[in-house]
Amino acid sequence: MRDRDDQRRIDRLGALLAGIGALAAVLLPFVIAKPNRIVAGEPLGLVAALPGAAGWPVAAVLLLAGVLTILDRRPGVRLAVAGAALAAVCLAVGVAADGLTPEGDRYGRVSPGGAFWLLAAVSLLAATDALARMSLRPAGRIGALVIAAGATAALLASGAWADLSFMREYAARADVFWREAARHGVLAVGSLAAAIAMGLPLGILCHRSARLRQALMPTLTLIQTIPSMALFGILMAPLGALAAALPLAHDLGIRGIGLAPALLALFLYALLPVVANTAVGLADVPAAVTDAGRGMGLTDRQLLTRVELPLAFPVILTGIRIVLVQNIGLATVAALIGGGGFGTFVFQGIGQTAMDLVLLGAVPTIALAFASAVILDAAAEAARRRPA
Amino acid sequence: MIELDHVTKRYGDAAVVDDVSLTVERGTIMVIVGTSGSGKSTLLRMINRLVAPTKGRILIDGRDTAGLPEHDLRRGIGYAIQGHGLFPHRTVAENIATVPRLLKWEKDRVDERIDALLAAFALEPGLFRDKYPHQLSGGEQQRVGVARALAADPAVLLMDEPFGALDPIIRDKAQEDLLAVQRRLGTTVVLVTHDMDEAFRLGHRVAVMADGRVRQVGTPADLLTRPADAFVSRLTGTNDRALKLLSVRPVGSVVSPGPADGPPLPETASLRDALSALLWSGARALPVADASGRPLGRVTLDAVLASGRVG
Ligand SMILES: Nc1ncnc2c1ncn2[C@@H]1O[C@H](COP(=O)(O)OP(=O)(O)OP(=O)(O)O)[C@@H](O)[C@H]1O
Ligand SMILES: [Mg+2]
Repeated sequence: MRDRDDQRRIDRLGALLAGIGALAAVLLPFVIAKPNRIVAGEPLGLVAALPGAAGWPVAAVLLLAGVLTILDRRPGVRLAVAGAALAAVCLAVGVAADGLTPEGDRYGRVSPGGAFWLLAAVSLLAATDALARMSLRPAGRIGALVIAAGATAALLASGAWADLSFMREYAARADVFWREAARHGVLAVGSLAAAIAMGLPLGILCHRSARLRQALMPTLTLIQTIPSMALFGILMAPLGALAAALPLAHDLGIRGIGLAPALLALFLYALLPVVANTAVGLADVPAAVTDAGRGMGLTDRQLLTRVELPLAFPVILTGIRIVLVQNIGLATVAALIGGGGFGTFVFQGIGQTAMDLVLLGAVPTIALAFASAVILDAAAEAARRRPA
Repeated sequence: MIELDHVTKRYGDAAVVDDVSLTVERGTIMVIVGTSGSGKSTLLRMINRLVAPTKGRILIDGRDTAGLPEHDLRRGIGYAIQGHGLFPHRTVAENIATVPRLLKWEKDRVDERIDALLAAFALEPGLFRDKYPHQLSGGEQQRVGVARALAADPAVLLMDEPFGALDPIIRDKAQEDLLAVQRRLGTTVVLVTHDMDEAFRLGHRVAVMADGRVRQVGTPADLLTRPADAFVSRLTGTNDRALKLLSVRPVGSVVSPGPADGPPLPETASLRDALSALLWSGARALPVADASGRPLGRVTLDAVLASGRVG
């Protein structure tokens, strides 16, 4: 009988998410239609935004999804329901934009409104929660991510969102978008690679020498506490001076503004997690294991590469995950000093009070950070689960 | 043969091992006992130079160990420790293969050795070869640790409380396996333990340490009947000394001719076991047989009681 009681009880998180979604759908605009991208627009609710009576079936799907999320506790059902709600909201916003945009119009902008964002957010949260309840193995989580990425790509490629504001911003500057995307990747991954190349040996040295550890760790921690804007500023002066003094450095791209200070700042932020996790991972290797290894005649180098690093690997990977997610976010700020990346759109958008442009930079950044977190988490767990 | 020649280890001002000289004959087991912190592990770890002596020399088969590169020296010396120190990311077979692989043995020879050692320690090779250490019980882990230490036929085996964490029954079995393997291979063993019963059971000779010095070295019977000082006699046990003495002497040493009824005792059983059997059966004498079951004579209660007296 317990099972039935369990199933009958309502799901608290589900109730909260459904409640937020319902309030948003009723009280907030689903889209905002503007004659051009600067002026204030006209807010439209879910039913008003969609052509004809098309809003009602969407509302019905959402209502059903909300009810099921509250009442049904099976993770599979919850995932399907959340997915359906998300799909309904995403398709509806595309249809609304299409219907509200006059044929051939180039200046009008239909932006998603608060109701869309909140409905999409609660659906995503419900889906994530359902996936968490399924407690998937690492490969399963990667699989879920691939499916989500595929669905997103299909949605974008289908043209269903072509009339939405930020997709119009994208269409107007597609080549710039991909250039900045590549730049964002270079900033985040390049600084990570440099931090690993430097941080791994430093972490090993810190593990071996308490004195080095005591000197280095506080310094790296201090760097982490410097706000990113300030650090970019701090780096501009010496790099600028270097470029002025050494024409070669200038020609190599080492200047006070641009890619060099941005990479350097991200590298400095990345160093602490890599060094600290390497040192902690090595310290966690049981003393009996290293003692036995040394006692059997492994050289220091063999002990490090065959025993210590493999055992520390999951912890090091956790550090790399922290760094990558952190860098993807921080790389946005690099645009302020001419470093490029998705931040370019964010700051342009803020400057022009064009929210759609801000979204064009912010949404891919968030998606990228989320995807890297999922992938590296899964990798770290896989490394823990199956000893290499 | 291992010779320690006036060996001292200092940490700062403290002499943790203080001018110790000790000889372990080839093919024998030397057990080191002593209070916690008396320097047993340090002494042991100086033999494979995990700890470098401050003063003195250590010779193995006449060669000064200081003359060899450390890792070469260690590859020729088995090392098994409490908590086993198995590599958690390697299978049982890979763990055992560690030193043979360092020595670049051929794969077939390594595989053969792995199976032989697993079998010697009562671990079914097909079942255990590919398991990871965390999939084994504590006793199995410990036995794999000892098997790994013996993998490359070391002439010398160092063991630091290898059976410390095992329950009595499994410890008993592990000790038995070790003795059998040691006898067969003729390995020279130095073993550290806190457990006096273990020391008397395994040790051909036992060294008692206190405060970094060796207070007495001798056979178990020596330590029991002629303790060098109050510390040694306290450590070897005051109340059950007679029983301990009986436990280190075999029935074979007091066999007399004559008949007796009842199940025969093996000649290798200890006098303590014999006493127990005599008390339990209520007989004044029991027959004794050798390993093949051939009758050798009898053991009498009087003879056993006489053996438990000092002198
Ligand atoms: N690396 C070291 N630095 C300083 N002191 C040490 C070091 N290693 C051991 N000692 C000290 O040397 C003494 C002897 O240590 P050792 O480990 O040899 O004792 P033990 O007889 O094996 O003790 P236990 O029975 O508890 O294992 C202890 O007081 C210990 O604190
Ligand atoms: Mg010790």
